[in-house]
Amino acid sequence: MSVFIIITLIVLVFIIIYQIGRASEYAVVLRGEEKVKAQANGVIAILLLLLFPLGVWGIWECNEMFKDRLLPVAACKTGENYDTMFMVTTTVTGIVFFLTQFLLFWFCYKYQASSKRSAFFFAHSNKLELVWTTIPAIAMAILVAIGLRNWYDVTSVAPAEATVVEIVGKQFNWLVRYPGKDNELGKRDFRKIDDANNVLGLDWTDPHNADDIISQNGELHVVVGKPVKLLIGSRDVIHDVGLPHFRMKMDAVPGITTTLWFTPSITTDSMKQITKNPDFVYEIACDQLCGKGHYSMRGTVIVETPAQHEKWLASQQSYYSQNSPSATPGTPAAGENAKPKTDSVKAVTMK
Amino acid sequence: MNNHEIITEGAAIAHGHEGAAEHHAHEHHEQHFIWKYIFSQDHKMISKQFLVTGIIWAIIGALMSVFFRLQLGFPDSTFPIMEKVLGEWAKGGKLSPEFYYALVTMHGTILVFFVLTAGLSGTFANLLIPLQVGARDMASPFMNMLSYWFFFLASILMFVSLFVETGPASGGWTTYPPLSALKEASLGAGVGMDLWLLSMATFVVSSLLGGLNYISTVLNMRTKGMTMTRMPLTIWALFFTAVLGVLSFPVLFSGFVLLIFDRNFGTSFYLSEIFIGGKALPHIGGSAILYQHLFWFLGHPEVYIIMLPGMGMASEVLSTHSRKPIFGYFAMIISLIGITVLAFVVWAHHMFVTGMSPFLGSIFVLLTLLIAVPSAVKVFNWLTTIWRGNIRFTTPMLYALGFVSLFISGGLTGIFLGNSALDIHLHDTYFVVAHFHIVMGVSAFFGMFAGIYHWFPKMFGRYMNNTLGYIHFFITFIGAYLIFWPMHYEGIAGMPRRYYDYSAWESFKHFQGVNGFISIVATIVFVAQLLFVFNFFMSMYRGRKVTTKNPWGSTTLEWTTPIEPGHGNWEGDIPEVYRWPYDYKDDGNGGDFIPQTVPLRPGEEAH
Ligand code: HEM
Ligand SMILES: [Cu+2]
Ligand SMILES: [Cu+2]
Repeated sequence: MSVFIIITLIVLVFIIIYQIGRASEYAVVLRGEEKVKAQANGVIAILLLLLFPLGVWGIWECNEMFKDRLLPVAACKTGENYDTMFMVTTTVTGIVFFLTQFLLFWFCYKYQASSKRSAFFFAHSNKLELVWTTIPAIAMAILVAIGLRNWYDVTSVAPAEATVVEIVGKQFNWLVRYPGKDNELGKRDFRKIDDANNVLGLDWTDPHNADDIISQNGELHVVVGKPVKLLIGSRDVIHDVGLPHFRMKMDAVPGITTTLWFTPSITTDSMKQITKNPDFVYEIACDQLCGKGHYSMRGTVIVETPAQHEKWLASQQSYYSQNSPSATPGTPAAGENAKPKTDSVKAVTMK
Repeated sequence: MNNHEIITEGAAIAHGHEGAAEHHAHEHHEQHFIWKYIFSQDHKMISKQFLVTGIIWAIIGALMSVFFRLQLGFPDSTFPIMEKVLGEWAKGGKLSPEFYYALVTMHGTILVFFVLTAGLSGTFANLLIPLQVGARDMASPFMNMLSYWFFFLASILMFVSLFVETGPASGGWTTYPPLSALKEASLGAGVGMDLWLLSMATFVVSSLLGGLNYISTVLNMRTKGMTMTRMPLTIWALFFTAVLGVLSFPVLFSGFVLLIFDRNFGTSFYLSEIFIGGKALPHIGGSAILYQHLFWFLGHPEVYIIMLPGMGMASEVLSTHSRKPIFGYFAMIISLIGITVLAFVVWAHHMFVTGMSPFLGSIFVLLTLLIAVPSAVKVFNWLTTIWRGNIRFTTPMLYALGFVSLFISGGLTGIFLGNSALDIHLHDTYFVVAHFHIVMGVSAFFGMFAGIYHWFPKMFGRYMNNTLGYIHFFITFIGAYLIFWPMHYEGIAGMPRRYYDYSAWESFKHFQGVNGFISIVATIVFVAQLLFVFNFFMSMYRGRKVTTKNPWGSTTLEWTTPIEPGHGNWEGDIPEVYRWPYDYKDDGNGGDFIPQTVPLRPGEEAH
């Protein structure tokens, strides 16, 4: 019913507007087409001219409104470089933007039709074309140069001392795996995955897996000032590790391991002070549509001091000790004796 | 009725001396309704069919965006009206996440392919190519008809997919596998996705049939004197649009075929090492990224397929209504060539963060920013075209001017995105949404509106109402900026696109107010579009009649045909062309333009 009423209302309003429009057409004929057209032309020219200051004012208002929630505070060195480059690009494009938009609306006003004047026949000029081909080309070359320097910077090989952490996406949360005391992530195989006791499909025949820690709440704990390298994977569809505060992003693709690395420079606690937001938290946003829960696929990065990190690590149990069928408290979690008890053989033959 | 007789009369004359329409010769000159309006082979009728189908799709697609914008802007409210329209999917007046994504996907697919590709190229390539190059019809009117009917079939398939129980496809208009390949991954990956693929495959067929026809017509059917360099820029633009489509749609098609195989026949082109729905799948060795390469190899040219017709029409309209030649005709053609060639080698800028080699990425950065150069050239040429003109602010002119403004705004943000070092933060955020809606969505729509308002008199022998046109323009232009400008800020803050709800996110929830604002404006702008639709259909029957052949005082050939041209376009011989299409200058008799059909005066230099 309400749908019907709304539609009728809209149609009615349209008919009224249309009739007004028709009436004005008749008026045009009555009052002399040329004259009315010239008047209308003048009015439109002024409206168009007004659009420019109106637009500038709107942009100003927007900037005022958003100025403290644009780029979030960058929490790593490459992030700061990012911000510089962003400002440079904004300046270059901003100049072009205001200049061309101004000319557009100004010309509209200045060169509105007039019976006193006729258009200037000006069909081409190679000189002008040359000018506005080379200037943009040079500007682009500069932007590319800055861009590629930063690009190679952020995509360079991670330093050897970087902590390696694995982050794996699944519908709809992040699983984070730490290498444990041996500093080595063990092998895993998607065929060994079991949601009950082996969410990442760790291969229990690999002794490196024994001490690996998995946080299933999507918390990525990293140490301030220490480079961290993420090994990114996915269990099912494509996800994306989006780290707005670190100006980084990398897809999580099933069957492929991707990586990114950065050196966090501000702890979560300091960030709470900087942003004056006691609830501040670095968030990991899934940036690749991955299904109905995409919008809720949230992880967090906890940037800690080394001491805090040690403390957190000490509180963690290895995934093996929590889940392996063979794990009994007190037995050292070694790969060899775990082997026969897993159903890895079955899993492999499943194919 | 009287009118009809005259038209068919004209057609009969036309058949007399044109081979292209020979198979009509046996027909009586009173054409049956079905052949005249439905299975018509007349390019003008086919163009109207594309246009009307496009308009219907545009309304559906835009209405979808109103629905999901309401959810996005007001996540805490309920809208009983949505339940009325969408039923199950909006229980209690609130969209379910599944259906939210289905709507977003359908909105994108419909607007990109059905409206701005078929609706735009289909309409204007069909209408303008024969009329502006001086041909009786397309090279193959029959293939042309098939092109429409394949599009119609694609439309039916897509429409049906809206009603299947598991809902339409919901993996985004890009439908990346594995999400789109595995039924376990989402409801929309079920039958809805099968229908989507079938529909799109059919769509590709339609596009190829149309494109080949446009190309051969432009190359072979030009009238005497119409050399390539005397063609209006609309034709150049539509020609390159067709070239882009013909060369890239097959690649998309192959991508779809592999996806169909993966979905139904157990192959592993795109699938590898997947655990979903509680079990590990047998697929190994495929690459999900391969699909993205195949998709974007069309996907990027596709954005120019959408853009070029608008560029061509804006050029034509700007020149005509400022009574001045287009500035830099050759530079415009060369930049079109530049854009067309480069459009094929920049696709991976959509994939900077898929883990591809940084070196490869840097090549694509270079090529992508290179494409900004011909784009800039076009903008400066348009500006110089109106400089010192004598501008008449007709509705088409306003849209052409709006087109330039939007193209500048959206093109400049491309410079951010094309630089991988900046894209790494902006990718898949609202910045991208803002970029492509402004540069492609709205700006192409503006090109299309300019075209519709400008050639409506040619299509229907009547004018659209001017006052309504002005209202429509100002609401749409201001509204478009109000909707999409704020999205840049959200994107710069890192706010991801394709989220159903942001309230759980510490970093993004403070944009709630802005989202609400955007949704309100979007709804208003939607209603203003209905005003256009209303104007369109009312004017078709009730609009002021066109009384002169050449109402805009334009130089090109379409305005030498009768007011309502019949099948065959010209009564008598096709006119011969003697000069370039932009001779807006003193004709020596107080007029300010010289049509292409007027021979050079003694001593006059050709352009
Ligand atoms: C100055 C020239 C342009 C440059 C440098 C440029 C660059 C880019 C880049 C790099 C992206 C990928 C962003 C991302 O996903 O992270 C992008 C997205 C997009 N661009 Fe452009 N662009 C330009 C002009 C255009 C034009 C003229 C159109 C349309 C007519 C267009 C339509 C699109 C679309 C539709 C997308 C988004 C596709 C999606 O992910 O859904 N762009 N652009
Ligand atoms: Cu995800
Ligand atoms: Cu692109």
